[in-house]
Amino acid sequence: MTALVLIEIENGKVRQASRSAIAAASRFGEVDALLLGNTGAEAAGTLAGVRKVLHVPTLTHALAEPAAALLATLAPSYSHILAASSSSGKNILPRLAGLLDVQPISDVVKIEDESTFIRPIYAGNALATVQSSDNVKILTIRSSSFDPVAESGGNASLEVLDAPADDGKSRFVKLEQSQSDRPELEVARVVISGGKGLKDASNFHNLLEPIADKLGAAIGASRAAVDSGFAPNEMQVGQTGKVVAPELYIATGLSGAIQHLAGMKDSRVIVAINIDPEAPIFKVADYGMVGDLFEILPALTKAL
Amino acid sequence: MPQMDNRGNYIISLGAFCRWLGEQAEALGVEIYPGFSGADLFIEDGKVCGVITGDMGINRQGKPKPDYTSGMILRAKQTILAEGARGSLSKKAMARFDLRKNADPQTFGLGIKEVWEIPAENHRPGFVQHSFGWPLDTHTYGGAFLYHFGENLVSYGFITALDYRNPWLSPFEEMQRTKQHPAFKKHFEGGRRIMYGARAISEGGLQSLPHPIFPGGVLTGDCAGFLNMPKIKGIHTSMKSGMIAADAVLEAIQTEQTEASTYMQALKASWLWKELSAARNIRPAFSHWGMLGGAAYSGIDSMIFRGRAPWTLHHRHADNQTLLPADQAPKIDYPKADGKLTFNRAESVFLSNISHDDDQPVHLHVGDMQTWKEVNLARFAAPESRYCPAGVYETNEAEELVINAQNCVHCKSCDIKDPEQDINWCTPEGGSGPNYPSGM
Amino acid sequence: MKVLVPVKRVVDYNIKPRVAADGRGVETQGVKMSMNPFDEIALEEALRLREKGHASEVIAVTIGPQVAQDVLRTAMAMGADRAILISTDVDCEPRVVANLLKAVVEKEQPGLISMGKQAIDDDMNATGQMLAAKLGWPQGTFASQVDIADGHATVTREVDGGTETLALTLPAVITADLRLNEPRYASLPNIMKARKKPLETLEAASLGVDLTPHLTVVKVAEPPQRTAGIIVETVDELVQKLKTEAKVI
Repeated sequence: MTALVLIEIENGKVRQASRSAIAAASRFGEVDALLLGNTGAEAAGTLAGVRKVLHVPTLTHALAEPAAALLATLAPSYSHILAASSSSGKNILPRLAGLLDVQPISDVVKIEDESTFIRPIYAGNALATVQSSDNVKILTIRSSSFDPVAESGGNASLEVLDAPADDGKSRFVKLEQSQSDRPELEVARVVISGGKGLKDASNFHNLLEPIADKLGAAIGASRAAVDSGFAPNEMQVGQTGKVVAPELYIATGLSGAIQHLAGMKDSRVIVAINIDPEAPIFKVADYGMVGDLFEILPALTKAL
Repeated sequence: MPQMDNRGNYIISLGAFCRWLGEQAEALGVEIYPGFSGADLFIEDGKVCGVITGDMGINRQGKPKPDYTSGMILRAKQTILAEGARGSLSKKAMARFDLRKNADPQTFGLGIKEVWEIPAENHRPGFVQHSFGWPLDTHTYGGAFLYHFGENLVSYGFITALDYRNPWLSPFEEMQRTKQHPAFKKHFEGGRRIMYGARAISEGGLQSLPHPIFPGGVLTGDCAGFLNMPKIKGIHTSMKSGMIAADAVLEAIQTEQTEASTYMQALKASWLWKELSAARNIRPAFSHWGMLGGAAYSGIDSMIFRGRAPWTLHHRHADNQTLLPADQAPKIDYPKADGKLTFNRAESVFLSNISHDDDQPVHLHVGDMQTWKEVNLARFAAPESRYCPAGVYETNEAEELVINAQNCVHCKSCDIKDPEQDINWCTPEGGSGPNYPSGM
Repeated sequence: MKVLVPVKRVVDYNIKPRVAADGRGVETQGVKMSMNPFDEIALEEALRLREKGHASEVIAVTIGPQVAQDVLRTAMAMGADRAILISTDVDCEPRVVANLLKAVVEKEQPGLISMGKQAIDDDMNATGQMLAAKLGWPQGTFASQVDIADGHATVTREVDGGTETLALTLPAVITADLRLNEPRYASLPNIMKARKKPLETLEAASLGVDLTPHLTVVKVAEPPQRTAGIIVETVDELVQKLKTEAKVI
């Protein structure tokens, strides 16, 4: 069995989510990587665990139509085709599946065997074990569930491919990076959230923002903090607000009401800082720290 | 007690039954519009001529949002109110048409319920258990019920009469700690709690029944107060009142009368009236003589007089008038939730599946915050923070009242129990509220 | 131009789903069902296109048993002109759904398909892309803005870290993301009017599509409960652990 992974480049490097997908793919056998666009060939070539990099330099912007068409021509050589559960992976792989009349499997969090996978359904409220009867399995991978392969140490061969003929029905116009320096809550790798324990809006900003700046984190809030006017509605994390699953979630001065937990419990690592050792947030935290926020948070800013 | 005999009764999910009933009604051509609240009565020339539905898409500050849709007047020849206990339109109708002038004050109970899924080997279909009093103080009427039903489901509930006196009492905590009694505890072993909800019920019986007829409409079911409290059952009486009301309303429409005047006579001639009449002295006996005296009296009234005692006991106080000042009542030390058998309110309300757009006006109107401070907080130590089964009311560090309206399960207890009657439960945006699956 | 809006009937988004004790799936008995919220947004977009004069007719379509009609009535109450129920008791996977929708597209010849990016039950996020592939149409997934002009749709898409804008030659498939619009309420008079709008039923079996799934659900389970970790005493210890043990900073 051989797997093909569609990888993504960001600032000249292979995205961590793609390296997680490669780690997942290595469970099936040898791994080839497909790289679209005119950058990143060097970074892709050194990825650990990759046999061959298929590079299509002329296919810029990773439009789904030509990308899926190209993948369809490569598919017969592979048992599994994977990508990260990113906006790009989820745009392209289901289209490929449509071309091949295969049922794709999104957001895989665990691989049971070559055709059996576990994936969350109902916004993570349940985990479904699914079995595919398709000849080629098409998967998108939840990066937080697979440790990424190393960026270096590999020595893949490079093969340059031509882009398929394009009918021009889909044309790239522009890409706009988010204006804010801070990532958006739902896609941030790190989230720091504050609750009522921060006492007022100025503390909320003054204590959380320096940490968020240092970690490149998005800022979230508990419902109580939003209701008390510390933070705007769109910052609310929880069942009625945004559901986030970052690599690192730092909860400060919030007790961890179940509505809040529903919005962040899928985070990979949870840190809780609270004065009340009985606060329910400690029951889900990987690292807890009991104490006064007004001392701990400035100290944390310094230590980072 | 003969009232507690459940032989010949069936245990089904009322939610499932209502869904089925809705389908039957729609098949007959009845149009049902869920998701729209009846926000007000539409009154013309001193007569109820329909209802006004609530506006949709109003933000928290009361300003229209882009999806704003205004309410509608639904005109009707006759309007049948069937809102359950302390219905907000019924309350308006009672006030507007002075329907309570010859009635005792209504008295209510707060029922809080959980549904558990238990291991199949412990499930005993048809099993029914009631308890009475414990762990409540002797001045408080109430008790628990537990049914085994459906597929490995157990329905457990606890009702606390809202004429309780001690402002430190928490109906929610009473309900939780009752589960620790061995007679209840064993039913939950190995199970998981899957649903939670709460609702006030009318307990006053016939003495508290308002005149159920007003120009252009009638009151039916528990918004009138047809529940049989000693039986803790109100579905059969609600259904009967509805059936009688339907005949009376039809007659009024056919004869072009403003009032469905035959409703009252027909009620009095029915088994419903006989049943409630026989039960009428039981509930007030408990308010008069406490748990032991009440229980002794009930025995005499039911067994010797068979409900035909030549006197009628009255309800002397409305539920908002009974609280003792906080400094004159013993504090109650409730055990901490263990997260397995007993729970806190926040995680309980989570199981009520409340849908409530946060950006809408607060639907729990507090008239005057100064009154709240002087009466509720200073005198009674903010009782709403304890009787609300959903944790809607909190007192913050600055000693202000915080209203988490989005937690509200629409039980109406605050509207009932608030000492100065200054909390007014209004209809939130249509479609808001708890979503109870079958089994609740 | 006709706009086709596929909608799905799902467990209402306010309901916390409960895994059935036997692990077959999620309890749906007696649970409130509603239109998939992303489909509501897709429908709203179609209605706005009609109101702007870009579309002549909005057709809602769903696949499921007879009860699935209720989401079609909701769609028509919101403003869809007519609706099609593809009737089947089989639980169809996205691949089958795409094949069935393709058959409807061939019959109705819409100029645009506006659909939700994913259904909140299986969270698969695939049907729109698959349908576009099967039709050979371009796709604008995760749309946060749609403009129609001169036979093209300009679609702004929510992508990781920003937004991307594409120009698609119609006919095309657009899948709606959360921020595309705020769907309207179905007003009471419109609910009443919707009862009289045409609802056509097509038997799934008559569309020549094999309904057999390629993906079978072996088991559905509750996600594992998180357990408490360790308590650290100092900020330095915390930072150390995050760097060396958790490797997240």
